[in-house]
Amino acid sequence: MSEIKKFLYVNRKAPYGTIYAWESLEVVLIGAAFEQDVSLAFLDDGVYQLTKDQDTNGIGMKNFSPTYSALGDYEVTKIFVEKESLEERGLSLDDLQHLTWEDEDEDWAEKDSIRLVSRAEMAEIMADQDMLFNF
Amino acid sequence: MSILHLVSKSPYERNNLDTCVDFVRDGDAVLLIEDGVYAAVKGGAAAAKLQGLADVSVLGGDLAARGFAVDKLADGVKVVDYADFVDMVEAKDKVQSWL
Repeated sequence: MSEIKKFLYVNRKAPYGTIYAWESLEVVLIGAAFEQDVSLAFLDDGVYQLTKDQDTNGIGMKNFSPTYSALGDYEVTKIFVEKESLEERGLSLDDLQHLTWEDEDEDWAEKDSIRLVSRAEMAEIMADQDMLFNF
Repeated sequence: MSILHLVSKSPYERNNLDTCVDFVRDGDAVLLIEDGVYAAVKGGAAAAKLQGLADVSVLGGDLAARGFAVDKLADGVKVVDYADFVDMVEAKDKVQSWL
């Protein structure tokens, strides 16, 4: 069995305007199936991917935002959102989906997946990874 | 000669909105579509750039797709639908789509 590596997917694009956000999510789900240590980072326009109440009926595109809530089931439980990016855009955590995962080591206790971090903390998180993928 | 200015890119990723705003004259209108709608979210750094413009609208379908309700919009920004979009194009002499 090969060694588990730490993968960080860095998301910096808004959803719908380009295909990057959706492609990232697909790659994350594939990667998660290989039992690596996967984390997601959302910064710059990437924070828009996680807004709640997305309704794409008016633009004729698939609403892929519910998929983020499935990440916990794929053991993707570390979702880092950059504080500075939210604030610049007039957003707070309240504007984002409430993403959770269930901790089997604690009787399936429901825990928050999203961790609000500063840009400096995000740099530390990146430094701690084996692989970085940008979308 | 009036112009309808269309901005379709995020103001946090590109400078389309900045340039557009510099070129807006009296009688012109600005319509934010696609990722351009993010400019109109209240409290964002880009919303300040819309202040002083007389006629700013966002396309409602694009706004809803991105998870924002009307109460998240900066003051004075109108929400329009596709039919309104057509009317706005017709009402102005020209359309400038900032890429």
